[in-house]
Amino acid sequence: MNTRIVYIASNTFREAVRDRVLYNLIAFALLLSGAAILVGQISIEIEKLVVINLGLTAVSLFGVVIAIFIGIGLVSKEIEKRTLYTVLSRPVRRWEFIIGKFCGLAGTLVVNAFFMAVGVFAALFYVSHKFVRADALILVALYFIVLEFLIVCSVALLFSSFSSPLLSAVFTFSLFVIGSFAEDLRNFAGMAHGVSRWLATGAAYLVPNFSAFNVITSIAHEQPVAAQLILQNTLYALFYAAMALSGAILIFEHRNLK
Amino acid sequence: MKHRRKITIVASVCLIVFLAASSFVLHRTDQLRPQGTLDEVLFLNSPKVIQRASLGYDGLMACIYWTRAVQYFGNRHHDFAPSFNLLAPLLEITTHLDPHLIVAYEFGSSFLAPKPPHGAGQPERAIQLMEYGIQNNPDNWRLYYDLGFVYYMELKDYKDAAQAFERGSHVPNAHPFLKVFAAQMAQHAGEFQTARMLWTATYQTTQDEQIKQNAVDHLRALRVDEDVTHLQDAVTRFGERTGRLPTSMSELTAAEGLTGVPVDPDGHPYKLTPEGRIELRTPDDFPFATVGFPPGYKPKFHAMP
Repeated sequence: MNTRIVYIASNTFREAVRDRVLYNLIAFALLLSGAAILVGQISIEIEKLVVINLGLTAVSLFGVVIAIFIGIGLVSKEIEKRTLYTVLSRPVRRWEFIIGKFCGLAGTLVVNAFFMAVGVFAALFYVSHKFVRADALILVALYFIVLEFLIVCSVALLFSSFSSPLLSAVFTFSLFVIGSFAEDLRNFAGMAHGVSRWLATGAAYLVPNFSAFNVITSIAHEQPVAAQLILQNTLYALFYAAMALSGAILIFEHRNLK
Repeated sequence: MKHRRKITIVASVCLIVFLAASSFVLHRTDQLRPQGTLDEVLFLNSPKVIQRASLGYDGLMACIYWTRAVQYFGNRHHDFAPSFNLLAPLLEITTHLDPHLIVAYEFGSSFLAPKPPHGAGQPERAIQLMEYGIQNNPDNWRLYYDLGFVYYMELKDYKDAAQAFERGSHVPNAHPFLKVFAAQMAQHAGEFQTARMLWTATYQTTQDEQIKQNAVDHLRALRVDEDVTHLQDAVTRFGERTGRLPTSMSELTAAEGLTGVPVDPDGHPYKLTPEGRIELRTPDDFPFATVGFPPGYKPKFHAMP
């Protein structure tokens, strides 16, 4: 990989760590250990289900929140603090800056998700006292969550490239919510006629579809995930993130930074 | 530095004191309005709306609603509440959010079906729940068994019970006893022996300690029901023969040719009252028994259905 991208990515990662982003791991650990101990006492026969559902949901939500709140400031903060001018005055292209920022944030989220995954497996061992083969499916759910992060990061970066942090946060979060309803949007498109059908279909394909990435519930019931879905989700996440990053680069390249 | 340390100490003390004070006030406020208002309110009662609002994290929401259903039932049951209005909606939301949450069907039907105070007294809702479970998990023979159980125990509908067991017996890997039960329903429905078989099967096929204990409690209660019914028949026969009531249990057992004084499953002898009633000496130990209680008896023991 381009060394300039690697430098920007590693600096973005360091900055996130300095911003105490990884402190969320403490909240996660407390949440999971509390749930593992408490649920056994207040509910019936769902200790393992709760650890998997709560653990993976927390990995996903914490990551999405971090992706949004760090992602929206990646460009605008650099402009505000005027550090962007120092970076761009060196032999760094604007597209390298965007890609570097994306890789740095994605790296932060992967590291964060890794520690959380360790926490999920530790909590699972605490409630089950053993691991079974089906527990390996959790890794698939975690992989899908990481793919989800890539999409959210790229979308946050896209909005950050032309909008204020507040508006970027609103746009990205809205898109995340809409993306969770993407299947409904598609069903709606199927029911509509004429122009509305075209518009709804276009919107359904334009917004990210997060519903296919959410396999938490089925994995909690030890239902396997098709290899085809893993492949297609991987391709979809890569293509969508690449599309959003291309948009971000396009806008940023033409942005007047004076 | 000294000044800074002083402020640190004062601020720390204030933090602890005010936290304790606010907790104390909140505790007193809770006492002013026991239960609050949340107990009987389901702000969102549409499973579909809740599913949409969960943004795809419906598995976690199902766990939360299941825990809420357990807590709701436990609290109402503990308070001898006459109604369980939110139980069925809570279970329906839970199973809609996660249709594969088998535990919600199994326990849910045993919460819904029995008459109060052991349950909500809504066997029809329990049947709806089980049918929904079967629809979404057609290969789980246990759900057919539980459905037949509700028909048999709560509705005394032996025909539908037989059908449920029969349907379950066709599921791959179904336990062989389902076929036996289906046949048993046709010939010996309503007999103690059949009920004992069902509870014994429940005991033998579950891994859950609570369900096992519940089965044991019901088997003990069945034995009491059977003993008391037989002894009460003996009292009636004695009266018909002699024109008076037996004066003691030993007189009754001698007249019936029984060896020794009959005892309950805990070894306590049954009591014969001067009015000729057969009663348990420790009725609180048999919450599921239907006979053998003194007139006006109210159970003190809280048993799960």
